[in-house]
Amino acid sequence: MIEMRDVWKTYPNGVMALNGVDVTIEKGEFVYVVGPSGAGKSTFIKLMYREEKPSKGTIQIDRINLSKLKEKHIPKLRRKVGVVFQDFKLLPKLTVYENVAFALEVVGEHPRTIRKRVMEVLDLVKLKHKARFLPDELSGGEQQRVSLARSIVNNPAVIIADEPTGNLDPETAWGIMDIFERINTSGTTVVMATHNREIVDSIQKRVIAIDGGMIVRDEMAGRYGYEA
Amino acid sequence: MKLRNFKRHGKEGLKNLGRNGWMTFASVSSVTVALLLVGFFIALMLNLNFISTQIKDDVAVKAYIVRTATDDQIDQLHEEIQALPRVANVKFIPKEQGLENLIESMSHDGEEATVLADLRDENPLPDSFKIKGKDPEDAIAIKKAVEQLDYVTKAKYGDGKGTVKNLFNVTDTARNVGLALIIGLLFTTVFLIGNTIKLTIVSRRREIEIMKLVGATNSFIRLPFFVEGLLLGVLGSILPIALLIVAYRAFYDIFYHNYEMTFIELIPLNPTIYYLCGGVLLIGALIGIWGSVTSVRKFLKV
Repeated sequence: MIEMRDVWKTYPNGVMALNGVDVTIEKGEFVYVVGPSGAGKSTFIKLMYREEKPSKGTIQIDRINLSKLKEKHIPKLRRKVGVVFQDFKLLPKLTVYENVAFALEVVGEHPRTIRKRVMEVLDLVKLKHKARFLPDELSGGEQQRVSLARSIVNNPAVIIADEPTGNLDPETAWGIMDIFERINTSGTTVVMATHNREIVDSIQKRVIAIDGGMIVRDEMAGRYGYEA
Repeated sequence: MKLRNFKRHGKEGLKNLGRNGWMTFASVSSVTVALLLVGFFIALMLNLNFISTQIKDDVAVKAYIVRTATDDQIDQLHEEIQALPRVANVKFIPKEQGLENLIESMSHDGEEATVLADLRDENPLPDSFKIKGKDPEDAIAIKKAVEQLDYVTKAKYGDGKGTVKNLFNVTDTARNVGLALIIGLLFTTVFLIGNTIKLTIVSRRREIEIMKLVGATNSFIRLPFFVEGLLLGVLGSILPIALLIVAYRAFYDIFYHNYEMTFIELIPLNPTIYYLCGGVLLIGALIGIWGSVTSVRKFLKV
């Protein structure tokens, strides 16, 4: 599903974010990416949806070679990769329904399909009753559920999440994790960068620890493992 | 492109106008002001040009022939004049014709100038040649050359006081200054629209970012802005077009009511000014599109 071979990333300002990363993530896996701030977690995540390009090495996602991907083919990749952020990235002037439908509209989906799919995913994240609300009228957890709904609405093969619970209180975070697990159970690969020790330690999955731009630990059913 | 997408871009473009109400208002106003000036300047230029062509057409050198000249001598003179450099055509005007022309030009509202009409029996005018130069400005040189020829008593052009020459200078200068102003104004307008749409896009950066994240193609992202620019330009040209038609019609009427000048004509409203309105609309649409396309491109980094 996801394959990184000897991936290096040096930013134009000279910061060396990744120094030779090798990793394989199988289809349907649930992977936590942990590590201290500035360790290269974010770069690792950004490479996967081609926000950044590797300086060296190859990245392949679902048979798309990201290191050779041309600018104009990026949209193709983005349709296979759902992205969730710490700050939700919802459009404030659109309703919950419109925010989710947006992801299907921009890929030219048929209106009837859009209506059906949006209601399905809103049901999945338990926000069907708030479809007409604006993001500002929702709690943080609800907003994150909207953004999750948007990321899965076009059935991506992979969900990539960058600290999705970073802005949420512990209780709400559990609700979000519950949805991630359900998405994963239906066969979608999940890669999640997180700082949340409690979650990593109790919902045990594969853990990839990054430090100093390298993978320092990679274990199945791992634990958070270090003092943050 | 799918029709459905096309409809969506139109709808999005329209919605964006509403969402960014004040920004839209600012853009449309700037287009309106610029196009208003452009429209009126072009109307003025067209008229100055039109008037100066009328006058230029009238600029001819008249050469009066010695009364005693025989037909052969007149024929020879005709050939000599024709052979002069810069002469385009020469027309012989017998004195009877000359008088009729004079009577006609002095007649008013169908009443013959009776004093002149009485002269038909005893025509005091000499035969003459009407000579046109290749350029109206050649009149002076032709006049001098013709005066040197035999059997010519006198030659003159226009009113003979250089007023014609001055008029040429005035219209030429006015046209050049006008053109420079129009070009300057158009550039300012493009700059204004580009800037306003840039601001609009900045305020929608997030939207574009999210569109890219969920896999929208660049052309898909660009099109609503394209539509929006087009609409801004078109909306901005409505008022200038309406004003141009109303004001021009009013001016045209007043001009003909108050100055019954038979020798100066204005360009009629139909069709030239209507074409001008079409041109204004087109300019509005083009600068709107131009402004938006360049601004969006910068943000998409393509």
